[in-house]
This record gives sequence, structure tokens and C-alpha cells, in this order.
Amino acid sequence: MNMNIIVCIKQVPGSNKVEVDPVTGVLKRDGIESKMNPYDLYALETALRLKETYGGTVKVISMGPPQAMQIIREAYAMGADEGILLSDRKFAGADVLATSYTLSQGVREAGEFDLILCGKQTTDGDTAQVGPEMAEYLDIPSVSNVKRIVSVGEEAITVEMDMTHTVEIAKVKFPCLLAVEKDIFMPRLPSYVKMRETKDKEIKVIGFSNLKDQDEKKYGLNGSPTQVKRIFPPESNSKRELWSDSEEVLADKLFKKLKEEKFI
Amino acid sequence: MNYKAFDEKDYLNIREIISDDERVLYRERINEDYSHDELGDIKCYPDVVVQVLSAEEVSKVMKYAYENNIPVTPRGSGTGLVGAAVPIYKGIVIDMSKMNRILELDEENLTVTVEPGVLLMELSKYVEEHDLFYPPDPGEKTATIGGNINTNAGGMRAVKYGVTRDFVRGLEVVLPNGSIVEFGGKVVKNSSGYSMKDLIVGSEGTLGIVTKAILRLLPLPKKAISLLIPFPTLEHAIRTVPLIIKSKTIPTAIEFMQRETIIDAEEFLGKKFPDNQSDAYLLLKFDGNSVEEIQASFDKVADICLEQGALDILVADTDERNDSIWKARGAFLEAIKASTTLMDEVDVVVPRNKVSEMVEFSHKLQDKFGIRIKSFGHAGDGNLHAYILKDDLSDEEWEKRLDLAMGEMYKKARELNGQVSGEHGIGYAKKPYLNQSLAPEILEIMRGIKKAFDPKNILNPGKVCQ
Repeated sequence: MNMNIIVCIKQVPGSNKVEVDPVTGVLKRDGIESKMNPYDLYALETALRLKETYGGTVKVISMGPPQAMQIIREAYAMGADEGILLSDRKFAGADVLATSYTLSQGVREAGEFDLILCGKQTTDGDTAQVGPEMAEYLDIPSVSNVKRIVSVGEEAITVEMDMTHTVEIAKVKFPCLLAVEKDIFMPRLPSYVKMRETKDKEIKVIGFSNLKDQDEKKYGLNGSPTQVKRIFPPESNSKRELWSDSEEVLADKLFKKLKEEKFI
Repeated sequence: MNYKAFDEKDYLNIREIISDDERVLYRERINEDYSHDELGDIKCYPDVVVQVLSAEEVSKVMKYAYENNIPVTPRGSGTGLVGAAVPIYKGIVIDMSKMNRILELDEENLTVTVEPGVLLMELSKYVEEHDLFYPPDPGEKTATIGGNINTNAGGMRAVKYGVTRDFVRGLEVVLPNGSIVEFGGKVVKNSSGYSMKDLIVGSEGTLGIVTKAILRLLPLPKKAISLLIPFPTLEHAIRTVPLIIKSKTIPTAIEFMQRETIIDAEEFLGKKFPDNQSDAYLLLKFDGNSVEEIQASFDKVADICLEQGALDILVADTDERNDSIWKARGAFLEAIKASTTLMDEVDVVVPRNKVSEMVEFSHKLQDKFGIRIKSFGHAGDGNLHAYILKDDLSDEEWEKRLDLAMGEMYKKARELNGQVSGEHGIGYAKKPYLNQSLAPEILEIMRGIKKAFDPKNILNPGKVCQ
């Protein structure tokens, strides 16, 4: 059998130490490097393993500014066959809903597919909603928290879902969408050799005008019911502990604590 | 050697000096850990353990020992591999691990001043939070900095940055008679007489007890990229190393590793390694201030490796990717240890262009003596770590084969103009090999130095050159 797999990837800040400017409330992105969302690496690895076992193709799709091509090149260096970038000023400012809609429109332009794989969430947005919402728009079944692929059949894929307190096993009919957990497979490292080979490989760029639905109200800021009022850094979280006990016990406890924290 | 037998009275006197019963451990209160180090086969309990908190306490205990002729062995976290912290003549063990404060970060002089019990991982985390960098990077991150200083620990960044000695600016030391002295300081240059601090570094607690260290720091490189390079065979991998060095690019680390060891680490950590296509790998790390700067040097190295038959070149350019490789690398020693019943190690260092010869030689000894030998190490600086494993061998067979294998390896290292220890030290376990390796005149000078520092021979006796 041949599996046509689409993997959704996103470019995120390279470090989790991104600061918020307390005055303007904007993320300080200057000089911050970017990388592929670490959770997406697990989705891509899952896709590549499935392709290696069952044959087929792996396409990656991303929405972002032109510099997001960098992560598509990275996906090529890991073994992806094709890459699509959804990039248009009209897509800018999208919230979860508009992003999911745009991606679902992009996927329709990407051709036939059996499986869409997403990471569990991104490290910058952390919503974990884009995958399932896309599946809704595409009218296909979706399963999140996938921690293991149990088996792959002609018609369906069986997976294990990690529901924290229980493990559920689901058999899902193709075409479907899976959002995979961290550590489903250890992601491979990008290959420098492949990087050289795919240096000039085409990346298909899709803009607003290439999409079927030409209703501008569904994209970008226009299509986003979520309005960000303010971004601000959380209050610095100083450590606090409240004790109540007899004086003697407290004194002893305090002494031990101060010693442990190396204050005395 | 004729030492005073440690008795109840000595215990009471020391308890009075320290005036904290909880920090003076006598007889049955001495934990088993204090009788050995990480390697574990050299065992001896001390009579008393003193957990000190200050140089003054060290000084008072040392003075008492000096006046009463009692042997003293200093100890950090006990991660040593040659028995240097084992009190083979019993007496007092001074446990330095509670002297663990970072005293000062001097950003104008780029130094950090620490007590000896600070752990390596605490130190590196602390300075990196301030965008500074303490380069020595031995695999064992729970070692104390005092222990690192006393073995002149090297680690994985030695290729580019050097070893612990290169980063020690000054030391406060308690001498065997109890006096407290300072060697070196915050100065960058120093031509004022013999370099005493350099003598203390690597002295394995035989000349004095380090109670404070001023360490040199560098600005933290902004970016690090590692290359994991699979080769068809170990020989292919190792033989590429001299060519990389010759290319004048300077990686911070050049390590070699084999599939078997990687599998041990995967099992030990319960975490998969990001590649499994080959039996032999080189692992290179480059650091610098921008991706472009780093890319320029690794382009060259990539070409060299591919010409030498590398199967691919895998790039670790994010924290997650670097972690997936280096965490495994850091766990090798523990992982190998967990894979067998007992082991002993060889830490020879040879000129860098001879490292392939040394590795291949030790590899072949496995068949010759019917014993499992696992090796990994710092291919880039010529320091080979080979671990000889007991597995199911009987004690007698083990001793026999171990002796033969060790003897052969040290002999080979000598032939290649190498040295007995690259970074683990001599301690107790490697004394016979140091004796064979160094000229009698040199050993005599070493003993003279020991005598000058410690005329009564009470500080960590029976180690290194004795």
C-alpha cells in the first residue's frame, strides 16, 4: 500500500526564553532565531516511519511568512518529499480558527491524502486546537494524544491515545487526522547531505488567490473572532510557602529550609 | 606507615573542634559510601568523617591531625575512578561537599569564586544564567569542582578550550600543618615564582586541601551546533579525526562512540538515540556567535568526513536535538557500568595523531584475552576511555585477564609516547602504571614535592607517587 501523508509544521521562536516588552506588550523577536516547532518533529518522524514501512509520500505544509521556508527546507533535510507554504499578507494575524481554516483550504490544494499528522501543540501558541479544528473543516475524523501506532490497514489506522489516566485504542478510517504525542518516535536529525541535495528543491507557495474560498472574511485578522487585548509577562513567580505549627517546630523547620536554600 | 591509632579520645576532640555532632560521623554512623569511590573496588572505611563548612574548620582538623599524626583524606562527591578519595590508611575523611556556596561572580575580572563542594552542574548553570561560560565539561556533572581541580579534569570541550587547570586562577589551600594559604589570585598573568596553584591542580588531595577556588570564565558562545556522523566502521571514524584537526577548524569536541554503548545508554536513560544506522559515530560540536560563523567551519569538516566514507552528516542545531545526543553521551559511563557486574577503566592519553592506533589496539584485545572492553572518548584530544568488563567471569579469571589487558594497553600507550592518565588521575589504582611510565628521576622529584608540602606524610598518604 502507498500512504499519502501530509504533515503540518510551524516555525516558532528558537528559544523558550522569548521576552515580552512590558511597555508595548509585543514579543521581542529581534535577533531571536527560529526553529521548527519541536512537537511537529514527532509528527514528521511518524510520517517518515510510516512511509518507510508502507511506501508513499510525505508532504509538509506550513502557514507563515516567507522565512518559514527555512523549516520546509529542514523537513526536506529530514526526508520530506514535497513542501507547501501558505503565505499571504491576507493570512496575517490569524487566530486558531482562521489558521485552521486557511490550513484546511491549503490541504485541499495539496492533492489526495490518506493521513494528516500534526504535533500535539506548538511551543508559542500552546493551544493544541489547530489540528482538530482543521479536521472539522475537512470533515474527516481526528484523534489527538496519539502515543503509538498500533497497526495500519488498507482502510483504517489503529492508534493508542494517551488520556493521562487511561489509554484508549481507536481505529480510525482513512482519510483522517492524528495529533501525536511527544516521544511517539525519537525524531531523526536533519541530514547535511540531504540538505545539500535539496538546496534548490521547489517549495510550492500558495497565496490567497490560489485558494478555492475567496471570502476574505474567513482569513487572517478578519477571520479571527479572538481579539488579543494585551500581551503581558506573567508576574514573576517568587517562591512562597505558608507554615503553621508550634514555635519550636517552626524555628527548626525555618532553620533547615534556610540551610537547604544555602542562605546560612 | 606509622600513624597514631584513632581512638575515642580523638573522636571527642574532633567533635569539640567542630562543635556540631551531626557533622562528625564516627564508627557505625559512617555511611558505606565513604569507604569507596565511583569505581568501588578499592574499599576502606575511615575512623571518622568530618563534614566541614569552612576553611577554618578544615584548618583546625588538619592541625589536630598534624599534631597527632593521623592520616587525613579529603573527599568531594566521590565520583572519582582511581580510589584517590579512599582512606587506605583509615584516619579522618574530610568531606568537603557541604562547602558548596558560590561566593562571588566578578563580571569585571570574568571570574567566579566558589567553595570546593559546588557541583559542576550547579556551577555551569549559574554562570550560563549570566551569559558566561565555564568550559571544562567532564561527563560526570555531579562531581564537585574541588574534585575536578584535584584531578585536573578535562572533559569534552578540551579540544578547543583546554582542561580545568587552564581555568583555575587562584586557590585557597589548607596545608597539611593546618595553615591556610592562597596561591594565585584574580590576576591574568603571574610570573611570581613557582606556579603553586598549578601544582595543586591535579595533586589529588595529596599536597593540600582546596577550600576556595577562583575560576576563569569566558563569554558564553551564543550558538552551538553538533554534528553526528555515522561511519561504516570504527576505523573509518577514528582515522578521520587527525584529518579534521589538520584542517585547522576547531571543534569544541570530537568524540567517538559505538552502537553497543549507545544501546546501553538508551536502556539506561529509557530514551532513544536519534539515529541507529551505523555501528560507529563521530560526534563533533562547534560553537560560536552566529550560525553563519559555525556553518563556515563545519562545511569544511563535512567534506572531509564524506571523503573518508561517512554515511551521512546529521545536524543537531536546536537545544532539543543537542540534548538527545549529549544526554546519551553524558550517560555512557553509568550505562556501561549498569551493563556489567564489575569494571575497571583505562584513561590513557596519547598524541592526537595516535588515537586511532590506540583505539584499534584496545579493540583487538577483546578477542585476544576473551574479555569485553568498551571504549568511547575524546578522540579529538587523544584521551581514550576504555572500560574492561567482568561480566560472568570468575574472580580469579577476571583478575588474570584484567591484568593482562591493562598491562598491554598501558604498554601500548607508552610506545605511542602517551601518558597513564588523561583526566581521571592516578590515585591508588594506577600507581603501578605511573611507576612504569615515568622515569625514576621524575618520580623522585614528585616525592620530594610531596615531602616539602607534607613532611609527616599525613595528607592522603599512599597515593599518586608513593
